[in-house]
Amino acid sequence: MNAASRFRDAPGAAPRSLRLMLDGVPVLARPGESVAAALLAHSGGATRQTPVTGAGRAPYCMMGVCFDCLVTIDGHPNVQACMVSAREGMVIQRQIGARRLGDQP
Amino acid sequence: MSAQAGTAIIGGGIVGLCVALGLAARGHEVLVLDGRDGDMRASQGNFGLVWLQGKGAGYAPYARWSFQAVQAWPDFAKCLSGLADVDLALCQQGGYEFFTDAAEYEAFGHDLHRQANALDDRLSFELLNHADLAARLPGIGQRVVGASFCPLDGHVNPLRLHFALRQACLASGVRITGGASVVSVRPEGAGFALLDETGRQTRASRVVLCAGLGAAHLGPQLGFRAPIRAQRGELMITERVADRLPFLSSTIRQVDEGGFQIGGTKAETDCDTETTTTMVGLAQHAVAVWSRLADLRVLRSWAALRVMTPDGYPIYQRSADHPGAFLVTCHSGVTLAPLHATRLAEWIDGDPAAPDLEAFDERRFALS
Repeated sequence: MNAASRFRDAPGAAPRSLRLMLDGVPVLARPGESVAAALLAHSGGATRQTPVTGAGRAPYCMMGVCFDCLVTIDGHPNVQACMVSAREGMVIQRQIGARRLGDQP
Repeated sequence: MSAQAGTAIIGGGIVGLCVALGLAARGHEVLVLDGRDGDMRASQGNFGLVWLQGKGAGYAPYARWSFQAVQAWPDFAKCLSGLADVDLALCQQGGYEFFTDAAEYEAFGHDLHRQANALDDRLSFELLNHADLAARLPGIGQRVVGASFCPLDGHVNPLRLHFALRQACLASGVRITGGASVVSVRPEGAGFALLDETGRQTRASRVVLCAGLGAAHLGPQLGFRAPIRAQRGELMITERVADRLPFLSSTIRQVDEGGFQIGGTKAETDCDTETTTTMVGLAQHAVAVWSRLADLRVLRSWAALRVMTPDGYPIYQRSADHPGAFLVTCHSGVTLAPLHATRLAEWIDGDPAAPDLEAFDERRFALS
């Protein structure tokens, strides 16, 4: 948990044993939690900029509906972070604007 | 409760709002009676093409009318954007029809020649075999045997067009009511009495029926044949992409905000639910044309119902029995919008300068 985040760990929560990278910065996550939950716990700051207005957005609905948690994961653009479980070594980038065509890994 | 109107327009879709705007610009007092959100709304499900190629190959009046409309679009967009402060994202830089079937490609080429004849050769177009096309669009799919290109074709953001028309109408003094379908319309005295499903009554001196598929039910009440049917079109929308697609086609277009719209199917049904098999076909078509689309996510899909006449051309009909009653219906409400907002209003007014629209009289269906 990062002091900057508005989210606090529940008492007795399991330790954050997984290490992901967000734009080159380490983010810790628990086994079984979603990437979105880990990102919120990390800082709660914007994890994407919208393609149309460039507004900053963070994970919101946490159930696959709102698409505000889009990030690039291991080279795949526009992945819903709330629908993907955190895994050791994941490389994540904030989704800045629209994706490119054909930018698969 | 009862309302009064000089001219009542039944239907607040693109066609109805265009007619309303045109009549308001001519100084008339206009009331638009729009239906419910859940009504069948071609204006909220369409593809947004401003399209000429292929239109009216077998019917010169429709070829000419469509040609005028496409030419009128730039000024119309400017005027409408000014009235409504909405960017329509109009882009008329030419469009392609892609063919994966050689016989269909050849047949369409003949259609374009017929259309050009109907337009006294004012239609410019190109027919490109695969090699010519690949030279112009490197990356075009191997299965595309040929394409036609018409430099006059284009597209617009159809939802913003609809919104802009609404804003422009309001700015021009048009009143718009909504949320209730008109269930009956009948001549009464020197005018017409309209009743909506909530029991609200409207009296109007003139009535213009622009109710899309609803005209099939309301038309006969005013003595119109209104021989229209639903034709389903299905389409899908992908996630937004930063790169610009180097072409516009009648089945694949990139909207101004970056997403791809893939569509163009036709099915003779009045059920407006999309089908998995059609979606699979659309996706396969898109990838066959442009393989780089293959990994895009589809975000949404839907089906909408076209408003079709037996021959596919518009009906512009004034009632013989009830002066002041008009039927306006077509399936190309986007392409024809500039004329519906200007020349058609002249015609409704009986202006001597109005175009001769007898070719679009619905009595043509009684003769065949």
